[in-house]
Amino acid sequence: MNGVHDMGGMHGMGPIDAERDEPAFHAEWERRTLAILFASGFLGKWNGDIRRHAFEQMPPAEYLATSYYEHWLWGLEKLLVDNGILTREEIAARLAGRPVSLAQPPAGLRVLEASEVAKFVQNRKGARMDDAVPARFKAGDRVLARNANPVGHTRLPRYARGRRGVIDRDHGVFVFPDAMAAEKRREPRHCYSVRFDARELWGPEAPARYVIYIDLFEPYLEPA
Amino acid sequence: MNHDHDDHDHGHVDAGPPLSDPQLRVKALESLLTDKGLIDPAALDRLIDTYETKVGPRNGARVVARAWVDPVYRQRLLADASAAIAELGYMGREGQDMVVLENTPKVHNLVVCTLCSCYPWPVLGLPPVWYKAAPYRSRAVIDPRGVLSEFGLKVANDVEVRVWDSTAELRYLVLPERPAGTVGMSEEELATLVTRDSMIGVGKVAPPNPGPRS
Repeated sequence: MNGVHDMGGMHGMGPIDAERDEPAFHAEWERRTLAILFASGFLGKWNGDIRRHAFEQMPPAEYLATSYYEHWLWGLEKLLVDNGILTREEIAARLAGRPVSLAQPPAGLRVLEASEVAKFVQNRKGARMDDAVPARFKAGDRVLARNANPVGHTRLPRYARGRRGVIDRDHGVFVFPDAMAAEKRREPRHCYSVRFDARELWGPEAPARYVIYIDLFEPYLEPA
Repeated sequence: MNHDHDDHDHGHVDAGPPLSDPQLRVKALESLLTDKGLIDPAALDRLIDTYETKVGPRNGARVVARAWVDPVYRQRLLADASAAIAELGYMGREGQDMVVLENTPKVHNLVVCTLCSCYPWPVLGLPPVWYKAAPYRSRAVIDPRGVLSEFGLKVANDVEVRVWDSTAELRYLVLPERPAGTVGMSEEELATLVTRDSMIGVGKVAPPNPGPRS
């Protein structure tokens, strides 16, 4: 979706303001948010691409005004409610300190136990797929990133759409995020590292001597 | 979780400042999920402990130091980063498919995730706030030299800057150049020099001391 999260190339966001020696967490609620988000994902009702798409749907003014853990908290609430694990009424009642009778969650949820956390963290099975899918492109091919503007989840950033680049390498076959988010479907697609000259992305006035590599899935690309 | 309140018990214990909105919201979610038996508090504690103390940039620093002292490891790292990093025991969520980017005198690499916050957790831990925030995410791809300046790093005009936008599930680790003044240092000593920022690409590894070069 063309959300405000897709911010490559935007101006006016202010100084980077890096905090020196910052801690991993700035407040206890951030720790709990991270842990509950992971444990809730483990329940099995959504995948990582659906999760990212949830964060993307945060109202833009709120997204820009809040910290990253607040994005996670907003997305977590949405995911829990959308998937019938909690209801808005339960959350409101608990916030107000009112008693509420709890709705039955969906069946078949898996609870992450402490003894399984190490295995969960060290999970080596990522999004790569074993399917032998023919590759449309190879290193050195000139490609055009499509001008596609899906309303759902995509990983083709706006600043690359309609722009020409060169395949630097084929990373191999991975789960295509657009299909995984939209339909929970594991569609195997080649993912390429595509090199773009800065002037191709930003115009002839862009500074020299820099290039941008973007990881793009085959459906985002056409031969150029 | 017990939500009974004794309203007449005021005065004995200071309740502290009112909880902020996110604190209240997280507490509500946690208590509801616990009441429904869907989360295990011990698992939550273990998750937090892992990401707060067990993974962090010291892991990546060891990978870098190994590559500096062992040219054969360095080649393996550049050819198949996932396997080479796994040799040192660093593998897992948000780092299953790694790519290592070699800095040279003529090439400087910089990693960003413009769309969210993708970052190689097993070797660098959780990303810093600035990496996930709008200023860095928006500027890294359009003004990388300006971003590096803001971090106090000046890259010469004849050096090619390569910005890598982590838009898919590949996770990137920069292999910074080994600084001068480190001849004869052990791998362990070298690892202490490697900063998190140098492995993202917003910094370089400084020489160990400003004395005469060896």
